[in-house]
Amino acid sequence: MSFLIADHVSKFFPGHAGGEDVCIFKDLTLKVDKGEFVTVIGHSGCGKSTLLNIIAGLETLSEGGVILNGREVSGPGLDRMVVFQNFALMPWMTVFENIALAVRSAYPDWEQAQVVAHVHKYIGLVGLKGAEDKRPIALSGGMKQRVGLARAFSIEPKVLLLDEPFAQIDALTRGVIQEELVQMWNATRNTVFMVTHDVDEAILLSDRIMLMTNGPSSRIAEIVEVTIPRPRSRDSVIEHPHYYKIRNHVIHFLVRHASHGAAAEGSILGGPSGTVPLVVRF
Amino acid sequence: MKTHENGSPWIISVFILVIFLGGWHLLTLRPSFHAKGKTDEQLQMMEFNGDIVRAGAEGYIWNPEKMNGVPGPLAVVEKARTELSEAFVIKGTNDHGIAYLVLYTVSRFAGGFLAASVVAIIFGVLLGLNRVLFRAVNPFIQVLKPISPLAWMPLLLYTVKDPKWTAVLVVFMAAVWPTLATTAFGVSSLKKEYLHVAAILQLSWFKRLYRVILPGAAPTIVNGLRIAFGSALVAVVPAEMLLGELGVGYLSWIEWNNLDIAGVIFAILVVGVVGVILDSGFNKLASLVTYQE
Repeated sequence: MSFLIADHVSKFFPGHAGGEDVCIFKDLTLKVDKGEFVTVIGHSGCGKSTLLNIIAGLETLSEGGVILNGREVSGPGLDRMVVFQNFALMPWMTVFENIALAVRSAYPDWEQAQVVAHVHKYIGLVGLKGAEDKRPIALSGGMKQRVGLARAFSIEPKVLLLDEPFAQIDALTRGVIQEELVQMWNATRNTVFMVTHDVDEAILLSDRIMLMTNGPSSRIAEIVEVTIPRPRSRDSVIEHPHYYKIRNHVIHFLVRHASHGAAAEGSILGGPSGTVPLVVRF
Repeated sequence: MKTHENGSPWIISVFILVIFLGGWHLLTLRPSFHAKGKTDEQLQMMEFNGDIVRAGAEGYIWNPEKMNGVPGPLAVVEKARTELSEAFVIKGTNDHGIAYLVLYTVSRFAGGFLAASVVAIIFGVLLGLNRVLFRAVNPFIQVLKPISPLAWMPLLLYTVKDPKWTAVLVVFMAAVWPTLATTAFGVSSLKKEYLHVAAILQLSWFKRLYRVILPGAAPTIVNGLRIAFGSALVAVVPAEMLLGELGVGYLSWIEWNNLDIAGVIFAILVVGVVGVILDSGFNKLASLVTYQE
């Protein structure tokens, strides 16, 4: 049994002015194994962030359930930490305090010295030594998200949920932090569920990439297995013969098929919402 | 734009002050009395009325004891000098030195303002966290907010039957609404992500309040407090006048009753100075709790 399962999850938003409810997705099922890095990729508005928020417990689901390590979870919890697109650091706290708040919550029995050591360890891991006493206002976007990652890793959650974590960071810095994330993930082998619309990011980081059709009533149409061996780095992955095959496949999907997934009968897609997604492997 | 950066503002300030004081002095200057062209009968009548007094042999001058027109700056300085030299003297039940009057006003103000702030922040947070409650209570706040705090005074005086507490309650009434409204707004418009982080980290209700909600809403709450502070400061002076409670507001009124206009002007200046001191203290406190995003 998979470690994290979103089991036949549906989400409806109430329609405008008493109109019919809008279906974001229906009967969506996805499974993530322990230690796996899974990415959902799709256009803006396809409901991928809603899916992530449902797994995080920050948003309610209309039908179905989320099962983590064999137990159904409801509501947010320390076992599913989110790295937010807009960082969500408390601007009135320093870098140290932001992470310490999380560490103290996760390990309420720890001594002060233990908390301090733990926080410093993760600040060092993301290369922010010396910035402990700075407030978020004094940090660049990249440094802010490093704090966000350090905070998330520091509480050692069962699942890390990354919600377009690098979307607000400039392209050059983004590459650097992606590589840092690869290294942190290699060290910890956390279970990670990420949503993004950056194809290169998805290939660099993921074991599997789930391709989501556009909403409303979006679904996971395909699952692409990233067969490029680890450890990966930005300049080594692009040398791999599968890299452009995977990249082209994902981009073709996003450009050609994502918007009319339901209409494209008999194509590589097909079948209504809720059917088993096609597994693609190069 | 560069020209605007040059020059010292305080030179201009001093210039404005000199112009103002000079103008005030000249406008309130009286020419000395000339008896020329007046009959003895007229002069006797004026002396009888107390307008003029005899000075030296057969000469008259304006009676310095009789008030006439607005006093000049020198008269106010003289008045300030005597008042300040007797700052800590208590001459009678209604004649306390200026230091005591300032103390009374400041403590009255501080009591009402602090009580109002505590009450307003507590209820503001509750309203800010509960959208339905906020919308249910908001019409009442909107009706109560624009009522002048002085309008409450007769009712408060009738209810508590004590002018001391009535004055504090008038300040309370002036200060409670702006803080309540802005606190509720600040808490309800707190960024969702902060609450999401708090929820994921499973912070207790209390920890969520004082580690996330209050600091997050602090800049907005401080803005509300600043408005409340100003309106409370404006309310305390007429409250003292109307209730006859000793304080700097009352000083202005009692000097008017004494027909001592220089005293009235001195009282006005004291009110201004007290306001500036309280305000700068408030700003120091405010800078401790606000943050930049």
